[in-house]
Amino acid sequence: MADPLLQVRALDAHYGDFQALFGVSMRVTEGEVVAVIGANGAGKSTLLKCIAGAMPVRRNAIQYYGVSIGGDPAHEVVSRGIALVPEGRRLFPSLTVEENLLIGGQLGRKGPWNLKRVYGLFPMLEQHRHQPSPSLSGGQQQMVAIGRALMSNPRLLLCDEISLGLAPIVIRDIYASIPAIAAEGLSLVIVEQDIVQALKTARHVYCLQEGRVALQGEAKTLTREKISAAYFGV
Amino acid sequence: MEWVNTILQGVLLGGLYAMFAAGLSLIFGVMRLVNIAHGDLIVLAAYVALVTVQTLGINPILSLVIVVPVMAIIGYTLQRGLLNRTLGDDLLPPLLVTFGLSVIIQNGLLELFTADSVKLNAGAVEIESIAVGGGLAVGVLPLAQFALAVVVIAGLQWLFYRTALGRAFRATSDDPSVARLMGLNNAHVFALAMALSLAIVAVAGVLLAVRANFDPAIGPARLIFGFEAVIIGGLGSMWGTLAGGIILGVAQAVGAQLDPGWNLLAGHIAFLVVLALRPQGLFPKVQG
Repeated sequence: MADPLLQVRALDAHYGDFQALFGVSMRVTEGEVVAVIGANGAGKSTLLKCIAGAMPVRRNAIQYYGVSIGGDPAHEVVSRGIALVPEGRRLFPSLTVEENLLIGGQLGRKGPWNLKRVYGLFPMLEQHRHQPSPSLSGGQQQMVAIGRALMSNPRLLLCDEISLGLAPIVIRDIYASIPAIAAEGLSLVIVEQDIVQALKTARHVYCLQEGRVALQGEAKTLTREKISAAYFGV
Repeated sequence: MEWVNTILQGVLLGGLYAMFAAGLSLIFGVMRLVNIAHGDLIVLAAYVALVTVQTLGINPILSLVIVVPVMAIIGYTLQRGLLNRTLGDDLLPPLLVTFGLSVIIQNGLLELFTADSVKLNAGAVEIESIAVGGGLAVGVLPLAQFALAVVVIAGLQWLFYRTALGRAFRATSDDPSVARLMGLNNAHVFALAMALSLAIVAVAGVLLAVRANFDPAIGPARLIFGFEAVIIGGLGSMWGTLAGGIILGVAQAVGAQLDPGWNLLAGHIAFLVVLALRPQGLFPKVQG
């Protein structure tokens, strides 16, 4: 069998003395959308940070196309084709919208995404392209954050709570862009607190609870009862 | 007319101070590093120019072709080999390490070149001047130095806001951890910023060496002039730094005109007045 795009094997992660992840395993195949759900503090963002190279982890805990990349510095991970849309958007405030996008694209990886395509995906960004990024609404900023990550032409896009703090109608707009992104053949890992949204978007779902995988399976086979049991640990 | 002359000379001197300040402000802006060795690096550049001029027998201005790349390489290596290791949440380690570096550079230069003061001779251009009417004349060299300072500041401004490297500098300054997630290697970006800073230091060092006598001990005073120009102008604004340098230069010139002993004191007083009345500086960067 061919190596999957991403394989996470028995991943442990620590913040100092505090252990945030305990033996987490996960698998993402080419072109697949995977959702990671769980309560606050379950370790979802930590999992993405480990994959993106923002936290120290065991070398063979993260494998990308069969190659161990655990612990590689973040700037090398992104050059291999794994891009993160960080929690809370984290745009560069002193840069304009377009400059933020260009920073994402500065590695020059080949692929379908460029400024024109990102403006095609999020048309409302084009008219604000020369504005400072903090002047945009929360939803527009989230679009810039997604566009910035796409500009690096990743094979795997990690999205950390892209619905956080946004109005439901805006969340709908943003999630509407996910199929178009996946249609380019890249895989997505979506961390989400909104379970309904996660189940609607993803094929495979992992539920984390206190740093462990409490439940996983095909989105359509998971019942509400199973999920709430895994989510809250009751 | 005497006063017009005084102010004019002060403005031209201010260009040099702005150049001392530009490299300092660049480094602080990109990586929050306060480089205590900045003044000594200016003096080091002056001695690199001295050796170049003596070895090759060329004009000091021409020596820039060698001194600028040499200092830039020193800057890149220094940052990657040493200073990157001191950066973190704590401002103190880089302060201590650059303070130590300052002591090492001063003593190293003292060992190699003695405490005798030296000067670079740029030839006939040093005493040429242009009459501007009313019995006033402006030295060609000070004017050229000021013009060079304006070019350097304008170039920095252009680099910061119009190029991919400048974008990387600003992004890394905004949020180093996210910059890394976007594929920027901070260690390399910081080293490029230090290389650029020391390239400016090289220009400042050569101008200083042509303008006046220098010896291994004058670095710290240049650092203070640089700091004062940055603070007067407001952090993060390149044109503000130029204005800060000019105000400092004019204050010193006016002080010296009143009483030769007041030269430095007047500059410090101008700095303190600005700090007391407008702690954010005259032209602080407006957050967009």
